[in-house]
Amino acid sequence: MSEAPTTTKADWTSDQEPRWCPGCGDYSILTAVQLMMPEIGTAPEDTVFISGIGCAARFPYYMNTYGMHSIHGRAPAVATGMAMARPELDVWVIGGDGDMLSIGGNHLIHAMRRNVNITILLFNNQIYGLTKGQYSPTSEVGKVTKSTPMGSLDEPFNPISVALGAEATFVARTHDMDRKHMQETFKRAHAHKGSALVEIFQNCNVFNDGAFAQITKKDKRDEMLIPLVHGEPIRFGVDNEMGVISNAEGSAEIVKVADVGESALLVHDETRSDPSMAFAISRLASGPYQPTPVGVFRSVRRPEYAANATQQLAVAQDQKGPGDIHALLRSQPTWEVG
Amino acid sequence: MTDTASTPEVQELDRIVVRFAGDSGDGMQLTGERFTNASALFGNDLATLPEFPAEIRAPQGTLAGVSAFQVQVSDHDISTPGDSPNVLVAMNPAALKKELHRLEVGGTIIVNTDTFEDRNLSKAGYDHNPLETNELDNYTVFEVPMTSITKEVCKDIDGVKPRDAERSKNFFALGLLSWLYQRPLEPTTEWIAQKFAKLPQVIEANNAAFKAGHAFGETAEMFDYTYEVKPAKLAPGTYTNIAGNVALSWGLIAAGQLAKLPMFLGSYPITPASDILHELSKHKNFGIRTFQAEDEIAAVASAVGASFGGHLALTTTSGPGVALKGEAIGLAVNLELPLIVVDIQRGGPSTGLPTKTEQSDLLMAMYGRHGESPMPVIAAYSPSHCFMVAIEAARLALKYRTPVMLLSDGYIANGSEPWNLPDVSTLPDISTTFATAPNHVDEDGNEHFWPYLRDPETLARAWAVPGTPGLMHRIGGIEKEDGTGNISYDPSNHQRMTDIRSDKIAGIAKDIPATWVEGDEDADLLMLGWGSTWGAISSASKRARAAGYKVAHAHLIHINPFPSDLGDVLSRYKRVICPEMNMGQLSRLVRAEFLVDVESVTKVQGQPYTAGELYDVIIDAAG
Ligand code: SF4
Repeated sequence: MSEAPTTTKADWTSDQEPRWCPGCGDYSILTAVQLMMPEIGTAPEDTVFISGIGCAARFPYYMNTYGMHSIHGRAPAVATGMAMARPELDVWVIGGDGDMLSIGGNHLIHAMRRNVNITILLFNNQIYGLTKGQYSPTSEVGKVTKSTPMGSLDEPFNPISVALGAEATFVARTHDMDRKHMQETFKRAHAHKGSALVEIFQNCNVFNDGAFAQITKKDKRDEMLIPLVHGEPIRFGVDNEMGVISNAEGSAEIVKVADVGESALLVHDETRSDPSMAFAISRLASGPYQPTPVGVFRSVRRPEYAANATQQLAVAQDQKGPGDIHALLRSQPTWEVG
Repeated sequence: MTDTASTPEVQELDRIVVRFAGDSGDGMQLTGERFTNASALFGNDLATLPEFPAEIRAPQGTLAGVSAFQVQVSDHDISTPGDSPNVLVAMNPAALKKELHRLEVGGTIIVNTDTFEDRNLSKAGYDHNPLETNELDNYTVFEVPMTSITKEVCKDIDGVKPRDAERSKNFFALGLLSWLYQRPLEPTTEWIAQKFAKLPQVIEANNAAFKAGHAFGETAEMFDYTYEVKPAKLAPGTYTNIAGNVALSWGLIAAGQLAKLPMFLGSYPITPASDILHELSKHKNFGIRTFQAEDEIAAVASAVGASFGGHLALTTTSGPGVALKGEAIGLAVNLELPLIVVDIQRGGPSTGLPTKTEQSDLLMAMYGRHGESPMPVIAAYSPSHCFMVAIEAARLALKYRTPVMLLSDGYIANGSEPWNLPDVSTLPDISTTFATAPNHVDEDGNEHFWPYLRDPETLARAWAVPGTPGLMHRIGGIEKEDGTGNISYDPSNHQRMTDIRSDKIAGIAKDIPATWVEGDEDADLLMLGWGSTWGAISSASKRARAAGYKVAHAHLIHINPFPSDLGDVLSRYKRVICPEMNMGQLSRLVRAEFLVDVESVTKVQGQPYTAGELYDVIIDAAG
């Protein structure tokens, strides 16, 4: 691996023209990533992007790195194999809400509980884009789409809650309207040793336009986004007049700071080993129309899977020596025929 | 030894077939394996057929709970576990009831009389005690109170309660059979000492039972003869008794070494393939990463990821798993990455008969993916052959950058036979090369890496692994432009890529041995087989030839592509009969490919063909 290489955005940009719809939120995420990569001091050849199927999953084609556009839902599993085989590489997983939470939900949760060293960017647009507009596992109840003309009946997933429930060691949320926030969040996710999940609110301007506008529009952010800052009381609002407390039931609750006093506010601690407070915070908003926490919900240390798997190989070699086929074939009782 | 016992006469036999049967909890598999190992170390040729229920503990004493182990031991080269047993060891009434029909008429039954009481008799569905009627008059029955003698000899062992002692009764049976067939005792006593090293009372109890069984034979004056099967005249070499799944695992491990590549196994537990996951997990010192995935799909998908990363990657499963992996295998076809898919076939469809054997995944192996997605299919024909076939699977996967389907089945997987260990230095070098430099220069003189530029001979594409500077590229399941590998929806490009993928696999025919044919060149009848029917076809053909019939036997290891001379071979015979443990899958492939009127003979009973069944087929056709 090369030593802290110096690269520019151009080094990370492939010769393929992105083919998302004009105005799609995927463009701003791609730009954020391409601009950020030079800052994290790694080389394109040591970086692998792996995706499943969906609009977001085209992402690897546009990165001048190694990449695989695999099959629907399986990117976390493919990436697990890659990360285990080549623990020295940076492995990124890209997918949408349908890819990762519906058909690939099983792989996503198991990758997170194992804590395999992959950085997962979950593009949540609350809709199926590539198949032209069916409701997704994050769509709100009652969503009218081609497949649900009378409204969807399914309770949606809250991806942050799912990740916390799946023992994820790093869980964060950002949105496609704030490049700086995305980059900071991605950088932290990349620096994390283990599975890191970043949910990105992403606008699908063709099939679900404005799904997050009520909270991510510039003039709405102050009152509708709750920034999580480690070690700081959780506050938001145009004049920082709102805050979050942990109430008597153990739930997180939005309050006016003036009503409770500053000292009553919940101080965000992303390193708490018990995920229940992070979970409570993730439940503050039932949808992108209520004040919604963004930033890092949880960042804890736990042994990383691929490193441990590699360690087992080393231990086995220490104990048994390097493999010897001749000896292996004679490891059961043998007899000679003259 | 008492001085009243007269020494029974020793009769020499060329082969014996023994079937141990009892309740699942009676340790019959272990007893059979120990008898087999002692015979192997003695130098006999042998073949085994373990048969156990799918349930871990079926209700005790019932027919459903019967577990059996059959072994044929011989002084000459054999290839099957034998048709009808000469001896049935029945540890309880259910075992007798369920297994009696297999025994040859006039055969020997050794029963544990302690279990022939009302409760067990009724659980087995008897309304009487068969030992007290004349229904066993066609057999020689030896009634031995195995449980009570075992309890008796263990009663003074410290820390062994009567209930624990009872568990050693299978060693009593083994001791008795070891005496009856003059098997050496040391391999068993050594094994007991090793296996239970941490449990001294268990060693003592098992040894006591084992010796008591042996002594019972010597002193009971029940037996007029003991039998001897001389060592077989096998080719010189070092032998071990090998089960198919172990041979397959070792072949895969060897393949990694011969390819000089680290190995990755993505797998999900499934009968009867799990033993390969277990075995490979024991040998991490060979640089093998084993990953027990969350499901069958993740198992294969992780292997695809590891293959992209430059590992020799594989996934092991049985039919239901292959069905789930279909899409990801298709991805590997499209990505043109090496991948070994091992299918240990079992009875289907659906859960089917998980612990029973069948060859019914052949058409799925050939065609069980969407789109035109050809891949090589190869099959092991015996337990020891699994070793070489695993290496061949890796050779093809690496050389042609393709997933390869390796078929085995429950019969081969769990059965065992003596294996003349190969000289490791004679194993093939199957190493491959990764791309390290750009392979294309454009009009402006700029260098590029094109992942889909091919070797003109093999049509294999360039394989550049992440971490290689300058060769960054993207691959994916969408159709790619020939050469550059960029996404392409161009109609003629799709035709070209489909043709190339097809030609690449078809071209492997140039790189594999001619059809393996044995027997009479001037025969009118050809028996055509693949996979585990080899033992039965080969032994039936030999029997038929010995009886004066002319018959040839062709056995396929490579099924996709077929050996290039197969059409010629088939055309040399007036009749081609193809026995399979399915409804005629190879027959269909061969008929379609060569327009030859193959006669299909099929059996789907979860049981392998016996040589006798196929002998009848041969003499019917040749007579
Ligand atoms: S359909 Fe939606 S998500 Fe897909 S590219 Fe178009 S705007 Fe983006």
